[in-house]
Amino acid sequence: VVRIRYFAALREAAGCGEEELGLPASVLTGHELVRWLARERPELAPALASPSLRIALDREVASFAAPLKGVREIALFPPMTGG
Amino acid sequence: MIRVQSDRFDAGAETEALGAGDIRAGCVATFIGRVRGDDGLLAMTLEHYPAMTEKVMEEIEREVRARWPLLDVRIVHRIGRLAAGEAIVFAGVAAAHRQDAFAAAHYVMDQVKTRAPFWKKEHRASGDRWVEAAKADDAAAMGWEAKRK
Repeated sequence: VVRIRYFAALREAAGCGEEELGLPASVLTGHELVRWLARERPELAPALASPSLRIALDREVASFAAPLKGVREIALFPPMTGG
Repeated sequence: MIRVQSDRFDAGAETEALGAGDIRAGCVATFIGRVRGDDGLLAMTLEHYPAMTEKVMEEIEREVRARWPLLDVRIVHRIGRLAAGEAIVFAGVAAAHRQDAFAAAHYVMDQVKTRAPFWKKEHRASGDRWVEAAKADDAAAMGWEAKRK
């Protein structure tokens, strides 16, 4: 079981800021997670399809190709707009 | 020192605190970002990723201290709903020399804009919308990498 966190427009599309999900064994990377999530949560599919989507693994910005093995918290969000 | 808070900050007190008591601190450079009330903008709501925000801001402080000989660094970022004209962010540094202070404050802001996990939602009479990241901000943040080489 992994914690998935959503921010900004993704949080609104998901209707929640975070959820605990059991990922299927076939989901090994961020790319695979996004494809799987878009099927599981169709309301998230448009936001997940954005080319500017970002991912953080255990609070560190990561590549979608990075392995998810051992990761406890995955966050999905649009590019940051602070400052 | 980094801080994330919903309360207003006192820019005068933050500036005074920079390098206070350190007689080597010949100069202080500060930047304050405010909510720009253009196109009928009434307010903004700043959302963030707790824990990751602090972690990234601490990384930025470590980087800027490694890159320039600074005597003090203070970065304060606000979250929650802020009205047009209110201050959002304070970035200040103390150094012996102004070239280092100006460059370091500039670097901090370029990095905070693109790397710290904050997201702004704009509120207007016509409705709400999420701010999109500006390509120019990414280019500015990446530009510092090129300068290092």
